[in-house]
Amino acid sequence: MLRGKALKYGDSISTDHIQPGRYNYLRSNLTELATHAFEDVDSSFISRVRKGDFVVAGKNFGLGSSREHAPIIIKLAGVSAVLAKSAARIFFRNAINVGLPVLICDTDRISDGDDLEVDLESSIINDLSNGVQISFNKIPVVMLDILNEGGLVPYINKYGDYRI
Amino acid sequence: MGKTLAEKILSDKAGTDLHAGDIVIIPVDLVFAQDGTAPLAIRQFEACNFAKLAHPESTIFFLDHNAPTPTKELSNDHLLVRDFARKKGARLSDVGEGISHQVIAESYARPGDVIVGADSHTVSAGALGAFSPGMGSTDVAVALGLGKTWLRVPSSIKVIVNGRMQNGVSAKDLVLHLIGSIGADGATYMSLEFCGETIEGMTVSQRITIANMAVEAGAKTGLFPADETTRGCLEAQGRGECYRPLQPDADAGYDRVIEIDAAALEPMVAKPHAVDNTAPVTEVKGTTVQQVFIGTCTNGRLDDLQIAADMLRGKTCHHDTRLLVTPASRKVLLDAVKAGYVQTLIEAGAVILPPGCAGCVGMHQGILADGEVCISTANRNFRGRMGNPNSFIYLSSPATAAASALRGEITDPREVI
Repeated sequence: MLRGKALKYGDSISTDHIQPGRYNYLRSNLTELATHAFEDVDSSFISRVRKGDFVVAGKNFGLGSSREHAPIIIKLAGVSAVLAKSAARIFFRNAINVGLPVLICDTDRISDGDDLEVDLESSIINDLSNGVQISFNKIPVVMLDILNEGGLVPYINKYGDYRI
Repeated sequence: MGKTLAEKILSDKAGTDLHAGDIVIIPVDLVFAQDGTAPLAIRQFEACNFAKLAHPESTIFFLDHNAPTPTKELSNDHLLVRDFARKKGARLSDVGEGISHQVIAESYARPGDVIVGADSHTVSAGALGAFSPGMGSTDVAVALGLGKTWLRVPSSIKVIVNGRMQNGVSAKDLVLHLIGSIGADGATYMSLEFCGETIEGMTVSQRITIANMAVEAGAKTGLFPADETTRGCLEAQGRGECYRPLQPDADAGYDRVIEIDAAALEPMVAKPHAVDNTAPVTEVKGTTVQQVFIGTCTNGRLDDLQIAADMLRGKTCHHDTRLLVTPASRKVLLDAVKAGYVQTLIEAGAVILPPGCAGCVGMHQGILADGEVCISTANRNFRGRMGNPNSFIYLSSPATAAASALRGEITDPREVI
């Protein structure tokens, strides 16, 4: 069970918004890079986020560049999962590969600051602030296997190959 | 049922009959990363404890995003990539050789290939009939080590384009129109597959412009048939033996069919701050621009520079407007020098930057000031994309960009040609 507050954003948050290109020189210093997460969307993100919190967004989250640094710094900032109406293909794959769950669901009824409880096994989100229960789409099995190992690197270290 | 281009390429590569929705482990013909994504891919490769590259001869590292580098941190990233490539026997495309996607189109991509690259615009190779999804660093790290990846066979959207484009309208306007119509998530997880008489009449360079931007509609790949034009292109590159014809089956199944009348297309722009925020250039003409950027993997090829040179020959850019021109590769630069385009552009006031991604990535070579407006031939205009979140980027064709450089404001190229 994951618990935390919702940090709510809108539609079409690109990986450029999550990890602005002007900080690309920090890509070999991920801890420092993470201090700029979401800077062009919400300059207060880093001061507001607490360990376990959720990024909650609208449609097409993570569109654009393939920079895996985007899900990595979201995770490094303490976020336990991304909840979005839809996610861009490369971002979704990258997030799973680095062990960050991306849960596709109707996020309209979640407000900024709501206390959320997420049960990955039953695919249920409980919004404790308004009593609403939301279900999310099941993660495809091949990706769930990778996520359950904590990402693609531990998965490969364990199995040595893809198991499909 | 017959097969789409995506189903055909992946079935052939996997040696089994595949259809949309199937999950498959597939060998890859070419794996690459660039200086922005390679350092992480290399660290993930090492974290996976791979001893060696599965296929060093078909592994390429490109130093194109920060080329040459503006900071010591990026110089150290380049050093890491060069050392790794040398130790592991991979190919290295160093500073000045050009943008990965352009070099791949010039020298590597073949019809029927499966190519994975740690860059979203890897889709560009679809212009030559290669299935080439962009991926992240860890997926590419595993492809480096195993020589394969996993994929879901995408469903496809068929885009049929017929009719003759009017003067001043180009492939860029067509793809901006398409993205504006279906939206930035209109083809998510899907293969965009192009056909029709307009497509048949396009050069490979023009097809690259369209394939390149397939990802801006969310697509996994943007595929073109391999035809006589493809053959001619490969032969001109001295690798005609790589050609094989590739067409979708007549009875292939598509999720959606989109028809576009090319004759009805107008010069288009994408307005700040989204690629699908498109409008005819007539809607925004007169908008003052401080910078014009002609280049990138979308529109930095010889024919793009020719369009700009033809429009600017004997004229000069507006005195309040900077024109930055970045050839997509060393070959493009050399060809443009030989053709006289470089001299024409310099005489018109252009700054010629070294082959690479230049200002498109926001690290250097043309970062905008607060409140400044740039019209660019690139593929992305997200807030902050060119290094300053307080600036504004319009995307357009090379013709519209060059016309705008002349007048210092967004200009309909049909008024200038």
